[in-house]
Amino acid sequence: MPVLTERKTQPQYDVIVVGSGAGGGMAAMILALNGVKVLMIEAGRNYEPVKETPMFNTPEMAPLRGTATPDRPFGFYDSNIGGWQVPGEPYTNKQGTEGDFWWWRARMLGGRTNHWGRISLRFGEFDFKPKSRDGLGVDWPMNYSDMAPWYDRVEQLIGVYGENDGIANAPNSSPGVLMPPPKPRVGELLAKKAGRKLGVPVVAAHRAVLSQPMDWKNLPKVLFPNNPKAQEILGKDMMSRAACFWATNCIRGCSIRANFQSTTVLLPPALATGNLDIITDAMVREVVLDDSGKATGVHYIDKVTRRDAIAKARVVILAASTCETSRILLNSKSRDKAGLANSSGQVGRNLMDSVGTRLGAHIPAMEDLPPMNEDGAGGLHTYVPWWLVNDHAKLGFARGYHIEMGGGRQMPEARSFGYLDSTSPGVYGRKLKDEARRYYGAQFGFSGRGEMLPNKDCYSELDPNVVDQWGIPVLRFHWKWSDHEIKQAEHMQQTFAAMIEGMGGKAKPLSGADAIQRPGEIIHEVGTARMGDKAAESVTNQYCQTWDVKNLFLMDGSVLPSNPDKNPTLTILALAWRSSEWLMEEMKRGNI
Amino acid sequence: MSESSPISRRNALKGLLSGAAGAAAVPALAAPNHTEPAPPAHPSRFVFHDPDFMQPLKFPWEKLLSAEELATTKALADLILPKDETSPAASEVGVPEFINEWVSADYPAHQEDREVIRGGLGWLNTESFKRFSKRFEELGIDQQSQIADDICDAAKAKPEHRVGAVFFKRFRQLCVGGYYSHSQTWKSLGYVGNISIGGPYPGVLPEVIEKLGLQDVV
Repeated sequence: MPVLTERKTQPQYDVIVVGSGAGGGMAAMILALNGVKVLMIEAGRNYEPVKETPMFNTPEMAPLRGTATPDRPFGFYDSNIGGWQVPGEPYTNKQGTEGDFWWWRARMLGGRTNHWGRISLRFGEFDFKPKSRDGLGVDWPMNYSDMAPWYDRVEQLIGVYGENDGIANAPNSSPGVLMPPPKPRVGELLAKKAGRKLGVPVVAAHRAVLSQPMDWKNLPKVLFPNNPKAQEILGKDMMSRAACFWATNCIRGCSIRANFQSTTVLLPPALATGNLDIITDAMVREVVLDDSGKATGVHYIDKVTRRDAIAKARVVILAASTCETSRILLNSKSRDKAGLANSSGQVGRNLMDSVGTRLGAHIPAMEDLPPMNEDGAGGLHTYVPWWLVNDHAKLGFARGYHIEMGGGRQMPEARSFGYLDSTSPGVYGRKLKDEARRYYGAQFGFSGRGEMLPNKDCYSELDPNVVDQWGIPVLRFHWKWSDHEIKQAEHMQQTFAAMIEGMGGKAKPLSGADAIQRPGEIIHEVGTARMGDKAAESVTNQYCQTWDVKNLFLMDGSVLPSNPDKNPTLTILALAWRSSEWLMEEMKRGNI
Repeated sequence: MSESSPISRRNALKGLLSGAAGAAAVPALAAPNHTEPAPPAHPSRFVFHDPDFMQPLKFPWEKLLSAEELATTKALADLILPKDETSPAASEVGVPEFINEWVSADYPAHQEDREVIRGGLGWLNTESFKRFSKRFEELGIDQQSQIADDICDAAKAKPEHRVGAVFFKRFRQLCVGGYYSHSQTWKSLGYVGNISIGGPYPGVLPEVIEKLGLQDVV
């Protein structure tokens, strides 16, 4: 299946989509399936997971046995091209701010969807109205009930395993929507047992991995009623996606298309319509406007030839990723020095990542077990949803976190054996091998992903002094955690320690300030062009349409007004689908 | 139907690859209204930034260890992880070459290790000459072990052996990492993954559930 059309760009499109990840991929697919002519512009190179994924490659086939390096921080086989540093495309941090923000970027077709953890948790009813509940941050311009049908659709389209547990603020999917979760691994069962005594619920994770073949006969009719062409294309595509065969880590990408990537799930059907053109290696400088203030297209640089070009369309959708989208807006200064769509002054503001900490330990009960294949779904099978959602008054921090977990008999890597320093000092020879066998697979750990509150000290702006190799002004970040995040991190460490002790291990929890991972390290940054009820306080309405420019939409993490603990990708997908349908209605009504 | 052999899965993968190989890899790239052929994207790709998994992967830097240093590395690696009934010796799965790559990589952390490892290999041979008038790799296992016993535990090493002990600790870490990251050691270690399984994921063995008392949480 070709990933790119061979046709060249056309003089005029209905819609330009900047970015090919979760938001851009979804918008392009929905529009193209409905006959809209779309041009997608991607700043990275073409990427074809079916051909390029090193799925079963073993470490010895890679330089340095595949270990993480500054160039490939998640290991050599991680699918991401880019990372916290992209050659020739710097960013800066304002001197004197508390923490350096790390900005993760993907420079490839499909963006970060090629690499993510596939953890797909719905935001709940409290998450859409946080300010109403505790007075902090801002409310979303819609309710959970507005979003629930779109979550259902996205889960059915991409395939998500999980279970309905009826836990407050961790919504159930509609009956029949979720695929069955894989059985837990041994460490996950030990954690579940420990959690029972502590009141910490260990339940099936929700991940965008096919645990069984898709219902390709019925799902397309459910998802695209009255659209026979879409049904035909999606039916064929869903039929050709294989179920997970329980091997290899999802971050390598998936050549059998069992997990969700924009490049394997959204772009192939979008291209099959014939309504989508894609240009890769094309970096957008700014949105171009006409005299009336309407967007007419985008100005981009072709990275290969270094030639500037303009592409034109009736509507522009930015889905370039949270910070890149706000950067494009801030750099689009043709009318207003503050940047495009920024009459509220909120573009670049309200930058939020997830709060992350981790703690692992040696679990003696897991020693000397018979070998079991614990590769599983290439990520976690169980997790802990936030279980103290009604206890914040006594906790001393405002928002919750969920717990991810892992360990056991994962593929051995060059850095997997640090525990021998403490279990087996001074040992070498045959005895060292005996000890490695005994202790291998007995490491288990937890990591938290917590909600951060937006605050005035966390934002991005243009650096007045620095441009990247394309001559585009770069972002400069400012950062400061509040006490809410530090206390939440501390609570995570205490909980993880209790779980580890409950599993029979010895835990050494850190203080919140020591445990909290770097700003940007969790790669859940959102919020720099938030949606809202009022043009004065937000950048877009609930349909991702900018208040200032009617034919300019933002369909990525930038529009999220808050950053619930639940990892943003599923919600970005749901928002992009909902907003794309609304956009098409507005186009039909002649409003755009 | 269940498919659990790595060989049949590898064949399946090969089929995928060859099926896709006919498709053009060069993206269509043009400015608006231009129709001339696009140049190939990224003529040179640094292997650590954007590896081309469809080509053999080459280590991009000069490997720094000399033949003598490699010989000492091999001897010590095989002393730390010798061949046994179920698993090969360190040198049989490329551990010396891995350590050579490790200390030659042009990243700050690797440069620090380069100092420790090269200095330590020199220390080891100096000590070996002092005691036995031979290079370390020329010694018998008993003589090699005499030196290793003095440096294998940093907490117990005498002051005059401290340099050797710091080196040994790091060397053992690299040695173990290089060893068990080779797939030929996995079966002996007890890693049985990286193969495809048909049907649902099997979950935990019943005897393990019983042994650990997990019946009530399954």
